[in-house]
Amino acid sequence: MTVDDWALALHVLSAFALVSAIVVFWVLIVAARRTDTPEARIRIESVVGVGNAAFGIGSVGTILLGIWLAFSVGGYEIWNGWIVAALVLWAFAMWTGGRTGAAFGRGATKARELLDAGKPGPDGELLALNRTSQGTVMHALTTIAVLLILIDMIWKPGA
Amino acid sequence: MTVLAAVRPHSWDFPLFLHVFGAMILVGGLVAGAGALGLARGDVRLLRLGYWSLLAVSLPGWILMRVGAEWIRSKEGWDDLPKGIAEPDWLTTGSIIADVGGAVLLVSLVVGAVGVRRLGTGKGAGALTATLALSFVLLAAYVVAVWAMSAKPD
Repeated sequence: MTVDDWALALHVLSAFALVSAIVVFWVLIVAARRTDTPEARIRIESVVGVGNAAFGIGSVGTILLGIWLAFSVGGYEIWNGWIVAALVLWAFAMWTGGRTGAAFGRGATKARELLDAGKPGPDGELLALNRTSQGTVMHALTTIAVLLILIDMIWKPGA
Repeated sequence: MTVLAAVRPHSWDFPLFLHVFGAMILVGGLVAGAGALGLARGDVRLLRLGYWSLLAVSLPGWILMRVGAEWIRSKEGWDDLPKGIAEPDWLTTGSIIADVGGAVLLVSLVVGAVGVRRLGTGKGAGALTATLALSFVLLAAYVVAVWAMSAKPD
């Protein structure tokens, strides 16, 4: 196996990690919609860590190894339209992913505040924060961007 | 191999997309399921969430992956090889892991269903621990499969 073969394999595995993170966050978004107690919200936060780790590995691995492959593999150039499209979509997904984390992070912060204040019971404001439509829309946009990257990588329009 | 990918007929693209997309959903559901089951620490909601991630995400993902696999295998002509010519190792590896992995996933879902049913009586954690262990085994196996199918080592 060549270095490029290894880079491609790790690039694809990174893409799997990125999509896995998106799936984890969808599962948690659905679970959080019925979560109105701070303890339950904090427990969900532990699984958020799994998603964050997968998102970090996936986003760094896809971009670094993708750029490596664009320069290293014959027949492709970094300025090819489908590669530029993938880079733009990746940057967009990072931005929307960050906004998603910030929106749902408010629920976790509120949960900690409630626990610190000795209020472990159900809380309407916490439930509303856990159901943030802004966060859900941002995550939907992240999902669409990553799906478009996958389509772009397989169809390679213009290649 | 990458050059081959660039000249791949566009009629192969959708079956390949279906195969890869299904595999990604499958692995994503396993990560979510294993994460929730592994970090539940006895919390019934997280245990249920972990099980349902496997059932409602991983299983449909496996079906999509397998349908896409057969479709692309047929498109590429791997199902109609002349006698005496064996299919490549990467394809055999991926196929075996996909099929055995599907059986293991079903076993983990049956065992997990027993565990989830017993949660109401304060039991079931043991069965869900078995489901968690099988999820980790599946994740490791699918990492090998993804590596084999993308690097295509001889």
